[in-house]
Amino acid sequence: MHEYPSYLTELQKRFGEKIEEIAMPHGQAVAVVQREALSDVLLYLRDDDQTLFDLFVDLTAVDYIARQPRFEVVIQLVSIPFRHRIRMKVRLDEDDPVMPSITPFYPAANWFERECYDLYGIRFEGHPDLKRILLYDGFVGHPLRKDYPIDRRQPRVELRKPEVRRNDLAIEPK
Amino acid sequence: MSITEKEFIAVADVVEEEMPVQEMFLNMGPSHPSMHGVVRIMVRLSGERVVWSDVEIGYLHRAFEKSCEKQTWNTAIIYTDRLNYVSPIINNVGYCMAVEKLLEVTIPERGEYARVLVSEAARVSDHLTSIGAAIMELGAFTVFLYTMKAREWLYEIFEAACGARVTTNFTRVGGLCAPLPEGFEDLCRGAIPRVRGVVDEIDKLITRNRIFIDRVQGIGVVTAEEAVRMSFTGPCLRASGVPYDIRRSHPYSIYDRLDFTVPVGTNGDVLDRYLVRMEETRQSLHIIEQCLKQMPPGPVNVDDKRITRPLKTDVYGNIEGLMNQFKWVMDNHGVKVPPGEAYMSVEGGNGELGFYIVSDGGNGPYKCRCRPPCFPLVQAIPFMIKDHMIADVIPVFGSLNMIAGEMDR
Repeated sequence: MHEYPSYLTELQKRFGEKIEEIAMPHGQAVAVVQREALSDVLLYLRDDDQTLFDLFVDLTAVDYIARQPRFEVVIQLVSIPFRHRIRMKVRLDEDDPVMPSITPFYPAANWFERECYDLYGIRFEGHPDLKRILLYDGFVGHPLRKDYPIDRRQPRVELRKPEVRRNDLAIEPK
Repeated sequence: MSITEKEFIAVADVVEEEMPVQEMFLNMGPSHPSMHGVVRIMVRLSGERVVWSDVEIGYLHRAFEKSCEKQTWNTAIIYTDRLNYVSPIINNVGYCMAVEKLLEVTIPERGEYARVLVSEAARVSDHLTSIGAAIMELGAFTVFLYTMKAREWLYEIFEAACGARVTTNFTRVGGLCAPLPEGFEDLCRGAIPRVRGVVDEIDKLITRNRIFIDRVQGIGVVTAEEAVRMSFTGPCLRASGVPYDIRRSHPYSIYDRLDFTVPVGTNGDVLDRYLVRMEETRQSLHIIEQCLKQMPPGPVNVDDKRITRPLKTDVYGNIEGLMNQFKWVMDNHGVKVPPGEAYMSVEGGNGELGFYIVSDGGNGPYKCRCRPPCFPLVQAIPFMIKDHMIADVIPVFGSLNMIAGEMDR
């Protein structure tokens, strides 16, 4: 059994029931946060003198298809000065896979959230430009969901007309 | 007739007013000679100045995560080779360490040393390739040939260790694919001074070269705060002056026993990224030497029949060995990992290479996430090339060492 580091117990003390669970699987700090409280918790973790989680490392999701709630968004943070790591989790229902974007606190999460939207279909409210990133625009479905068969074929994409090519769409309006 | 600078600017202003520059849209890539790897940069230019840009990725997406979910714990390793194909061994090591974290096993000392030794050789080959390619794009083709020559000697080390040069598949859950061969240490000892010679040669040719410095100094500057905010890791973060190296900050394997320094830049420009990579190459060679000195004899695999593949002499020599072999390769009989989750990160060629693995107790990973280090680096390109000349896009892009296989997975 691993001992809980102080920043994890402090987090639970400070936010109470907004932190649904804390754990230390294999010696790694994990905190499960309520979706509504995520922004407050991240702001605290980033700016408080005792935590200073300044480096955003990763954002991904896991599809636990047999569980309720089905999705778990996993955020990894590192504190460069303290050499701490923490794993934040937000649980999302299948019917409402929406969570607040963390780009206001960690701008680097932009592409990570786009990827998560692309592959899992989780929407991030407040994201500046939530569109597919690894797959193409005409792709149907979200392939990393467990109910997406690995051998599913995709419909053919129509040849785009010259005037709506992505080139032109990509140019921001003047 | 000569004019003063003041007069020149006045004339230029008038010209610009009378002949307004029309903005131009330019598409670089996905396959462009200066874009090694497939990525598309769209830029809008005013004259030669970049006023807006966007990056489009995903051209090399091969569904790494989805494929791994259908594999067993050991067969997923070959997929990790195809992430960063310039230093595949570091990917193998990172993945296996994450699985071993879930299994809560530690591999024997010799195995750890062998992993670190070959990882550092892979880091040298990664940095050399990155330096060579970046400088080749600036017109110095010779350096690329030098680095390829040195990389060949490093590939000989990989080939001796696992039989392959690029698609290494070097590690197994709980150890290595095979014990290190006879004469391996001599091969390494022979390669190090030759590689070091090449690094010195490049140093002499490039580091003080006026043409090179004029092209890269003050280009693509990222300050320390900006680098952290944009989630830079690895040489690019250190070039900005943040001494964050996972080998030091979160030591894994046997790195706490090794002596090496973490080079740090000051300006965070393209030149600093080049200098940091050069110094890291030397440090890695130094680490290899220490590994050769400290490496103890003994086994490289965990002594646990449920995890490790039996020796061939046992497979062909006795019935238990044969049964072990069959159990090891058969579906539902191979390595069993208890349910749980673990995140393990190693210092890859480009920065923090993390593997987040979830097990449901089944045959293979329930979820196998790779945290690609150059994903956030490429994300920052529009920020870095803004207001630069179009010709500066190439050195900035080269200094990030984008590996499409790792970024698009």
